[in-house]
Amino acid sequence: MKKDKHTPVIVFLLLIASAMTLLPYVWMVLTSLKTYEEAIRIPPKILPEKFQWVNFRIIWNKFPFATLYLNTFFVVAATVAGNIVVAAMAAYAFARLKFFGRDLLFIAILGLLMIPGQIFLVPHYQIINSWGLSNTRIALVLPGIFRVFGVFFLRQAFLTIPKEMDEAAFVDGANHLQIFGKVLVPLISSSIVSLGILIALWTWTELMWPLIINRSLDKLTLSAGLAFLIGEHTTYYEQVMAGGVISSFPVIILFFFFQRYIIEGIAATGVKG
Amino acid sequence: MAHRNFMRKRTEGMVALAFLLPLLVGLGIFYFYAFIKNIYYSFTDLGSFGKATFTGLENYRRLFSDPKFYRSLGNTLRYVVIAVPAVVVLSTLNAYLLSRLRSLSGLFRTLLFLPAVTMPAAIGILWRWLFNYKFGLINALLGKFGIEPIAWLSDPEVALYSVSIVLVWALLATQTVIILTGLQNIPAMYEEAALIDGANRRQIFLKITLPLLSPTLFFVITITTINVFQVFDFIFLMLRPATLAIQYASSLVYYFYDRAFIAYEKGYGVAVSMILFLIILLVTVIQFIFQKKWVHYS
Repeated sequence: MKKDKHTPVIVFLLLIASAMTLLPYVWMVLTSLKTYEEAIRIPPKILPEKFQWVNFRIIWNKFPFATLYLNTFFVVAATVAGNIVVAAMAAYAFARLKFFGRDLLFIAILGLLMIPGQIFLVPHYQIINSWGLSNTRIALVLPGIFRVFGVFFLRQAFLTIPKEMDEAAFVDGANHLQIFGKVLVPLISSSIVSLGILIALWTWTELMWPLIINRSLDKLTLSAGLAFLIGEHTTYYEQVMAGGVISSFPVIILFFFFQRYIIEGIAATGVKG
Repeated sequence: MAHRNFMRKRTEGMVALAFLLPLLVGLGIFYFYAFIKNIYYSFTDLGSFGKATFTGLENYRRLFSDPKFYRSLGNTLRYVVIAVPAVVVLSTLNAYLLSRLRSLSGLFRTLLFLPAVTMPAAIGILWRWLFNYKFGLINALLGKFGIEPIAWLSDPEVALYSVSIVLVWALLATQTVIILTGLQNIPAMYEEAALIDGANRRQIFLKITLPLLSPTLFFVITITTINVFQVFDFIFLMLRPATLAIQYASSLVYYFYDRAFIAYEKGYGVAVSMILFLIILLVTVIQFIFQKKWVHYS
């Protein structure tokens, strides 16, 4: 397209949109570096006299961030790994194998995407409880492994690979497991990375399930554990804000490194409708 | 040959079963069985100890004469009416602006996407602080214009709108990226041809870009509607439990959570979730029927 004479207007409007997005974060960071008196000053002062890094140490010692991060890391890693294995295997069957009732089963699985998750919460609670797994980290992983989005997402990826690829391997004497594992999976690795990141993001932000199945703080993920921080320490705003920074910034930094995959993954969810 | 083909088909069925087995076992337990169980529980008095006695339609009878249920239902519809159009319009606007920019577009996209990678509890923390009645930044800014402080999170008349603001702020990020991708997938030649024919920007946007974008917009509207119908996180994270404000801002999912996991009336809570399920199903079907009227698939 030709040079756009509206560029300054566009940049200005986007600056406003970005400011609306960023302002809450900036205010959180600034507050986290203030003293209590500075935090509650009326009218508010923008910058602190001196950066109070000590707020971070105080809240780190008051609240089990290390445990919550470790739990989150375990739950996210296990859910991502489990979900990818289950989804990739099923996606291979739907994309490459002929079997009775295939299309009907696939449509039924797509239909699951439309069902609100709350429908399953009480039964999940009962099932996990009856297995004696409530208040364990496994409880946070189990239902998430079977999210069906990946089946749909990876089937699309497999379908973009020409069938000649596996037929050539088949003629060479490879079986389905080898075609799946050695030929096709490597070819869709970028889709697998995107899926993994999406699942990680969903697991990372999940709130209600951890909250109801695990009642003790040391068995929760950060997302749910942080709800306790809101409840318990609300009076010390500067410390709560430091807690907010501790729990949001590591992932924001990760996001800057992996943003290509994250944004491509998100974008891909919309492409096929 | 025919025999070998037949054999291959049969073994292929067995291979498919093997590949599908982990998924089918998981779906069987956590979706199929759970769904049947959920329907069954809605006809019982299941409480905190897992003992369920069949009570027939009792939960549903109670539901339809429960003012708190009706309020949660009404509130949920209000969230949808407020947040869905706001998210769709603002994310389309953001995405359109991003698509018109050649340099800096990546930087702005990154900034606008940040809420999507921030966990709801952290979002709750930062917005509670902005909305703080006495010390919050928003009331301080309003004060500069002589506006009296607003009790954003404790005034029962206001809380629902405060939650809606945060909801829109948080949902915008993902939808902007999806719409931007939709815009980038529109071949540039259509717009260039219209430009040569002397069409202006507004005409191009309304007559060419929007129709070509309609499949993406349909997806965004459907997903956002389903998401907003399930609003829970920010109500739970920003409003104090057991206050008038949270009652007046309660959604169906919050009411479900409150009944099933706070009051331990699981049977009754499950009945609430069944109603939510039926409403979402109905709305989604209606959206799919009406899409024929405005969505253009090339």
